[in-house]
Amino acid sequence: MFGYYLDLAWRSLRRNSVLTALMVLAIAVGIGASMTTLTVMHLLSGDPVPTRSGTLFYPQVDPDTSLRERKDPSDVMDYHSAVDLWRSRRADRQTLVTSGEIKLRAVDAHKPPLMIEMLATTADFFPMFDVPFQYGGSWQPGDDEQRTRVAVISAQLNDKLFGGANSVGRTLRLRDNDVRIVGVLKPWRPSPQFYQVAGGRFSNGNTGAFYSKPEDVMVPFFTGMEVGDGSFGVFNCWRVPDDLAHLQDAPCAWVSMWVQLDSPAKAIRYAQFLADYAAQQKGLGRYTHADDTRLPSLMQWLDYNQVVPSDVRLQAWLAFAFLAVCLFNTVGLLLAKFLRRSGEIGVRRALGASRRAVFAQCLVEAGMIGLLGGAGGWLLTLLGLWLVRRQPAAYADLVHLDPAMFLTTFTMAIMASLLAGVLPAYRASRVAPGLQLKTL
Amino acid sequence: MQIRPILAALRRHRLATVLIALEIALACAVLCNACFLISGRLRAMHVQSGVDEASLAIIKLTGFEETQSVDLNARVQSGLAGIAGVQSATLVNTAPFGEKVGTAGVTTGREPGHTHATVDYYLGGPGAFQAMGLHVVAGRAPQPDEYRAFSGFVPDEASVLVTRALATHLWPGLDPLGKELWCDRLHFRVVGVLDHLVRPNPTVFAQGTAEWSVFAPGLSSPRLAGTYLLKADPTQLPRVMRDARAAIGKIAPDVVLDEEFSRTLVELRDRRFRQDRAMAGMLIGVILALLLVTALGIVGLASFWVQQRRKQIGIRRAVGATRRDILGYFQTENFLIVSGGIVIGMVLAFALNLVLMKFYELPRLPLYYLPFGAVSLWLLGQLAVLGPAMRAAAVPPVVATRSV
Repeated sequence: MFGYYLDLAWRSLRRNSVLTALMVLAIAVGIGASMTTLTVMHLLSGDPVPTRSGTLFYPQVDPDTSLRERKDPSDVMDYHSAVDLWRSRRADRQTLVTSGEIKLRAVDAHKPPLMIEMLATTADFFPMFDVPFQYGGSWQPGDDEQRTRVAVISAQLNDKLFGGANSVGRTLRLRDNDVRIVGVLKPWRPSPQFYQVAGGRFSNGNTGAFYSKPEDVMVPFFTGMEVGDGSFGVFNCWRVPDDLAHLQDAPCAWVSMWVQLDSPAKAIRYAQFLADYAAQQKGLGRYTHADDTRLPSLMQWLDYNQVVPSDVRLQAWLAFAFLAVCLFNTVGLLLAKFLRRSGEIGVRRALGASRRAVFAQCLVEAGMIGLLGGAGGWLLTLLGLWLVRRQPAAYADLVHLDPAMFLTTFTMAIMASLLAGVLPAYRASRVAPGLQLKTL
Repeated sequence: MQIRPILAALRRHRLATVLIALEIALACAVLCNACFLISGRLRAMHVQSGVDEASLAIIKLTGFEETQSVDLNARVQSGLAGIAGVQSATLVNTAPFGEKVGTAGVTTGREPGHTHATVDYYLGGPGAFQAMGLHVVAGRAPQPDEYRAFSGFVPDEASVLVTRALATHLWPGLDPLGKELWCDRLHFRVVGVLDHLVRPNPTVFAQGTAEWSVFAPGLSSPRLAGTYLLKADPTQLPRVMRDARAAIGKIAPDVVLDEEFSRTLVELRDRRFRQDRAMAGMLIGVILALLLVTALGIVGLASFWVQQRRKQIGIRRAVGATRRDILGYFQTENFLIVSGGIVIGMVLAFALNLVLMKFYELPRLPLYYLPFGAVSLWLLGQLAVLGPAMRAAAVPPVVATRSV
């Protein structure tokens, strides 16, 4: 029966080709617009480390000693709090994160110096965040405190300086310091660059920068303090520092910390440890706001920072409003199309077709329009994503149509057209057989 | 034109009529809000910088050590000043639409606590103030002896100029001249008021705070180094920039030229707002597609109705209706449906605006967008129905005598 309905639907679609084209076009344009924005939303709001994100947490304390009123603790920590917490090693894994621009020369590659982003972090960074290596590996945990002059570099920098060859053992010059490369990453592009997310609430919705590429050079944290002293980005200062170049003792927040806690019980214990640490620091007179420590999980932290740029969310809203207009349009046209065939339907009803059969046949026809519209929508989505890739946004290179979204395109197109078809099909199935026969 | 028979006929097509009206309503709501969003973006993009943009450019150097900075400044400034066509090469920390470098809270009193405004500091070496072309509306420009060396991030005890917008916020109704400002322990005195000076990145701050800027004079130091403001005739500027890039390679071969921020101010403005421009373009695309889809829907449904009523049209023609009467009938019918849609659409437009206000901190939709939306949709409806209506008018009276 279904095959017969398909055949009927196909014939009917070809009979009124203009009306059919209008409907297919409406569905295609609506689906194209909404799938383009939905795909961008999907890529920007996903889990950046699906294998680990349930165990990753972002401790927050409030080292700010100013009297400024605030309802949230600082987004990042001062040097001493971060290093204290890291050294206490109460979590399964813990890592410090800070970054800044530094001048880089490749000693044996004869190229002009360039400014790159350097990440100062600790050995746990790589296993904690599932960072993939192409050559070599991470430095050893001892290298952090021993200030060993080693570095891990990105695939991109390795391509640029060494043409993609195994560069482990070669030397980079950071400012005036030689560091030895111990590892080269595989192409790694978390979305967002989650370990650097902070300050979303101050960005007025312009959070595109959270989707930047990871840093090109990663060095052990205390090595970074030596080679890049004074070149790290400051998040916030609550007093004007005496010495802007040496931030270790500055009244400024500029270091982030991440912990891995493998069970909920451990997370509760760590939250308590954090609160105790803050209370102790207040007792020592170093903190003035101790009562608001927090331990959001990775996804909670991203949510709190509203990582998806407001422009992208606005586009999604608009696209769905647009899809709704397209659907209303399709409902009206389907209604016209089905009722135009009242005579034909009347004959079928008079020959014994049930209302249910007429309803089913009309829906099959609507579904077929959805399928055609989906194909058009898929092409328009590809066009839309191509346009997004050409936009000057940090996330432009991330945008592509994955298989899941490809299937969603067609599912949504068919669902939308079936939805649009219900009302017209119902009306068509109510056509009275006798009346139509008379007028024929 | 008799409206009553049209209404009676529409009642027989209640469902289709309601659908078209709802489509119009939704289109009206989206159209009004999208136009409003576009106008917001355009206004943001055309913000007044307060400086002589056309003749200014920035050269930004990085990758030098603090100890080199004063020496580097001297060499680069004299080198850049020697380029043909350069009217001045002065030290600045940044420029409007350039890199954001010095944002900090200020207070109007010594006592710590509440920050009264978060401002952007512009620092300029001798000559920079004049080169920028800033317009002083009260007080005076910095005097030569007020340019002093400093070690903090902003000179202490500086004589500063504030924008009118910032002065109105900090001292509403009072004369800002001679007033004092603190940034933690750093102390400033206001000697002048500027009509406009926009923050380097005006869009990331809340509405109405885009011009909360302070200008402070300073001398070459580790905190005021590596960024140079070039002034030249607008027609010469592109060539001057090419020469300047080449000159830097010779003057200071070891430093790195920051390509992203070493540009003319016109280019920097363009880059600052390219996301907004892309967004405005997308909104225009949505509006056009929306109008197109709506028009196609009207064409489709009107064609159906015309075909369905061929016989009735023929009868009307046979009993004396003119072509004009038939045309008028369909146009009036469309006008009535679109008007119904517009009424619902106005309510929807405000509802949509309320949602946007809640999630995107947008201002309220001004009322004049509604008549604008209404007129566009009326025109669109009349245009869309014209084709089918003309086909209806062309139906010959003889159709009445045929069985369809």
